[in-house]
Parts: sequence; structure tokens; C-alpha cells
Amino acid sequence: MNKRLSQRIAFIVFKSLSILVVGILIWILGFIVYNGISVISWEFLTTSPTEGMTSGGIFPAIVGTVYLVIGSIIFAFPLGVMSAIYTSEYASTGWIVRFMRVMTNNLASIPSIVFGLFGMALFVNTLEFGDSILAGSLTLGLLVLPLVIRTTEEALNAIPTSMRTGSLALGASKLQTIRRVVLPMAFPNILTGLILSIGRVSGETAPILFTVAAYFLPKLPDSIFDQVMALPYHLYVVATSGTDIEASRPIAYGTALVLIAIVFVMNMLATLLRNYFNKKIKSN
Amino acid sequence: MRFKKITEQIVQAIFTVSGALTSIVILLIVVFLFKEGFGLFSSPSVEKGSALCVNAGNNIENLSVTEIKQIFDSEIENWEEVGGVDAPIRIFRFDEIFNLYSESDFGEDYELLPQKLGEVIKEDPNIIAYLPEKYVPIGMQSVKILPPENIGVADFFGGTQWMPTATPAPLLGVLPLLLGTLMVSFFAILFALPLGLGVAIYLSELASERTRKIMKPTIELLAGIPSVVYGFFGLVVLVPLIQSTFDLPVGETAFAGSLILAIMALPTIITVAEDAMRNTPRAMREASVALGATQWQTIYKVIIPYAMSGISAAVVLGIGRAIGETMAVLMVTGNAAVMPTSLFESVRTIPATIAAELGESPAGGAHYQALFMLGCILFLITLIISITAEVISKNKPNKAI
Repeated sequence: MNKRLSQRIAFIVFKSLSILVVGILIWILGFIVYNGISVISWEFLTTSPTEGMTSGGIFPAIVGTVYLVIGSIIFAFPLGVMSAIYTSEYASTGWIVRFMRVMTNNLASIPSIVFGLFGMALFVNTLEFGDSILAGSLTLGLLVLPLVIRTTEEALNAIPTSMRTGSLALGASKLQTIRRVVLPMAFPNILTGLILSIGRVSGETAPILFTVAAYFLPKLPDSIFDQVMALPYHLYVVATSGTDIEASRPIAYGTALVLIAIVFVMNMLATLLRNYFNKKIKSN
Repeated sequence: MRFKKITEQIVQAIFTVSGALTSIVILLIVVFLFKEGFGLFSSPSVEKGSALCVNAGNNIENLSVTEIKQIFDSEIENWEEVGGVDAPIRIFRFDEIFNLYSESDFGEDYELLPQKLGEVIKEDPNIIAYLPEKYVPIGMQSVKILPPENIGVADFFGGTQWMPTATPAPLLGVLPLLLGTLMVSFFAILFALPLGLGVAIYLSELASERTRKIMKPTIELLAGIPSVVYGFFGLVVLVPLIQSTFDLPVGETAFAGSLILAIMALPTIITVAEDAMRNTPRAMREASVALGATQWQTIYKVIIPYAMSGISAAVVLGIGRAIGETMAVLMVTGNAAVMPTSLFESVRTIPATIAAELGESPAGGAHYQALFMLGCILFLITLIISITAEVISKNKPNKAI
């Protein structure tokens, strides 16, 4: 075959594959948005489910997810950032850093259901938190820890070494350099990790199955030892079980749309921040 | 000044401890998972707190888990089949005692109940009785209690049946779940790989900078969609579609699971493979083109071989993502715990089993421990995959080109 012809055929194939993948995404998003948009209303977002999940809103699930996001971020964000500061600023490059990086990668590759098992064994049973916001937040926190560590490390490594040596040459200590020079510069990109973590935590179902999630609660939680409803788990139960699945379908579409909207907004925010950050570094 | 130095030291110590955090978490996961999981092999094979008794005249000394299950399912009906004498087996369940005697015969605190049970067993040489441990007639000459056996490693890893709630002896064979997981993941990668590689080549070699700027965040968004949303989409769109297209009785099949997993594994494959291809040195591309090769020839003779290690890592990571995925698979594969035979039948994967059953298994029981053991298996598989990907991507690019 003519080599020009084979090139043209190959390129057409690759282009159509790419269009196919974008098409799949549009199909999924379009389907959820098309079916969900008519369900979304102020009332849907601010009232409790009624009549066996077939009508009413998803307010308790939104509140639960917000609590879980806050809880897991409070736990995972500071620890993840400190961990990254250690590996990229303090640890002498060598096997320790390599080992820690391998461990972080391994942690990132562990399936979320295994985190669920672990969270149940450690937080719910051994530490006796019971099915609670505390146990769920800690489990989700562990899950996003690698994400926070990785994005923070990347942010720190993007800061030119000259900035650090400059600061040290002016007589600043190492800690002062990190606090006054490195962290402020890396801040927007570290924030990217935080935002992506929020998106990830709000969508995870498997880790909260046995650590916090409840099918239905008549009232909002009072303390961190209460169970909560959560958006992803709510979608799961509404879609697969319940008294009348057909009647509760609109609720499921609406919940799916809210979940996707959260992820979409978080991703957009992260991308905007990243662009802003890259510009800032260049201008320096 | 001195105070400042001490503060620096303390802060550095805190950072060091946090640096070790992920390693500590992994260690804790290993400890907790394996502690619960390995308890399985010291659990009795007959449901906790129960025992099996036969007449003392019966020459059977012990029964395997499968034999017990078959006897109580009436698949084995003669003692001869399990190595005894040629006589029909009579199954006696604890509740039946209340039909034979009236409540008053057992005494006020049921203290005479074991004795009555003993009498029943004594009368029938072919009986097998399934009783709560506290009412077992101990010390009666005519009653033989079958020795409690532990669940065997071979029974677990070699068992082809997963019936954790079967009484009196649950069947905990991991093979159907393991094969189900591998089958669904294998086909997922088979579907995702050509698609993912095509897109990766397009993004890294052909697309204009503007197209890339749009495509990259799009693919990231695909990775960000929660798995439960994929599961929901699969349940309401793909499952009915598969059912009508292939004219199946139910659409919840391994095929549906593979399709959803393929979509979910795409972002991983595309991102990693594209990175590897873009890392091909400019000099190599230019040399190839200077020798008269077309762009396509350069791609498959130079760039793909050069990026091979990265592409392999992409495949391995994609498999890892597929094997561990829980919610989407749970929602679309139908979850029948049988040995998988075809892509168009219902299967059940390891993560889906844990998610579906952990809530209903009493803590500390054999079923509960078996689910943790499944977690251990999953953990080990993904650990091996993650390390393999690490090693592959560290390989030096192909020098032979």
C-alpha cells in the first residue's frame, strides 16, 4: 500500500477514535443533564426525601456530603501538605524519598473498597467510633491523602531552586524560606490538590458504605458520632433498591446531576487555578 | 535565637513523621486486613455455635464442607456416598424436636432438651442432627459429635462455590469471584486499549495545540465522574441496550461491566500513554523524518517502540483501576456468584462481593472474615500491579531503535 494512503487511513482512524471518546463523555453527561435538569429545583435541594424516596428532595444527603468533605479535608490536607514538604524540601534525595514515593503510589492504587474494609476494622470496630461522620471522614481522608501529597509535591518542585538559595543567602533559615518564599509561591497549585480532593471525596461511595452512610435519616446529625446520608450512597440506594424504583428514578437523575455538577465545578476551578499559577511562575 | 532553633527542630521532626505517613497507613491496612482475614482459617467450617451429631453406631468420623452442604441440600441421600454404610440419610434439624415433644417435656430452663435430643439421635442409626452447641447432648454414649473442622486454605482458594449463607456449613470458594473479576477486567482492557492508544497517539502527535487544550480537561473530567454515576448510567442505559441488542433474558452481564470499566479505564490509559509518547526526543522524530519516513511511519516505527515501557505501564495501571472498581460493577453485572462461562451472563467480582455482603455478615463470623480475606487478595493484586507499573516505566527506553 502507498505509504501516504496508509498514513491518511491511520490518521482518520485516530481522529475518529478521539471523537468517539469525546462522544462517549458527551453522551453520559448529556444523558444525566437532560434527565436531571427538570428535577433540580430549589425545593429539591432544600427538602428531605418523602414517601419512601419517591418524592421530596435530597437536602440531608447534601448536608452529609458537605460534612464528610470538611471532615476528610481537615484531616488529610494538613497532613498531606506536611508529608510533601518533607519529601521535597527536607529529605536528602535518595532511597528514603524513593521509598516514600513508592508507598504513596501504592496507597493511591489501593481500591476504594479496601479503604472501606480498613476503615470499618480500624475506626468503626477497633477504635469504636461506630458508623459515624468521624469514621467516614477519616477513611475518606486516607483515600485522598496520596492525591494531596502528589499535587503538593509537584507544586513545590515547580518552584525554582534559585528562589530558595536566594532566600537562604539573605540569612533566612530553612523554615523561614519554606514559610515565606516556597509556600506562598506554591500556594495556588497546592490549592488545586485541595479542590481535586473535594471532588474526589464527594463522589466516593465504597469507603462510606460501612463507615458512615445511612439509607434514610429523619433528622440532620448533631455530632461527629452520628451517621449521615451522603449523595453518592443516596444515588446508589435510590437507583438499585427501594420500594418503587420507577417512581424514584427522577430523584436518582437529580442526585446524579448534582454529583456531576460538583465534580465539574471543582475540575474547572482546579484548571483555572493551575493556569493562573503557571503564569505567575513564568512572570517571576 | 536559641528558641527559634528549637522550633525549627520540632517542626522538622513533625514534617519527618508526616513524610512517613503513607507508609504507616499501608502498614496499618496490612495489619488490620490480614488480622481479620487470616482468622478465617482458624474458624470452624460449621456455623459458629452449632454442631453436627450422628448416632454412635455410624462409622463416619468427619465430613467435608462440601459433603455437609450436599447432605443438607439433599444432593447426597445415602451414607454410602460419603463412605458410610448403605443406608438413607435422615436429616434432623433442631426445630423438629418441638414437634416430637411438648414444651413441658424440656423442663423449666430447657435443661432436659439435650437429653431428649440425645434420645432422638439414639433411636435412628442413620440420623444426622444439626444442633445449637449449647443443647448438644454431651457425654451420652449413643451420640457422636462430629469433630469441628477449620476452614481449609484449599477449600477457600480452590472452592468453586460461593454460598456464604448456606447452613450448616457455608461454602466459601473464592474461584468464581476471582475469575469473574479477572474476566470483566480483561475484556475491559481489551475494549479500552485500542481506543485509548488511538486517542493518545492523536493527542500527542496529531492534534493542534488548541484541540489538546480542549481534549485534556475533557478526559480529566471523564476521570473525575464518580463511579456510582457510571454505574447508574450503565444501569439505565447500557443494560437495557445490551439486553435488547443481543436478545438476552437480562442485560446485567459481564459484558455490561466490561464496557463501563473500559470507559472508566480510558483516562488512565490515555494520560499515561500520551505522556510516554510526548517524551520521545525531538531528535529521534526529526532523524526519522529526515530519512524519508512519513509521519505515520515515524509514529509506529520510532515513537511507539520508544514509548513502549510507558504504554505497558498505562495498560497495567488500567487493569489495576478495573480490578479494584466497586460501585459501577456492582450495579451492572447482576452479581450471580457462579463460575463465569460467558461474557453474556451475570458475574460477580471481588469488590462487588465485599460491598454487597459486608453489611449483612455478622462481625467476627466466617463470612465476615472471608470478606476481609477477599480484601487481602484485592490489596495484594493491586500492590503487585502498582509495583509492576513502577518497574516497567523505570525501564530504559528501547535502545535498539
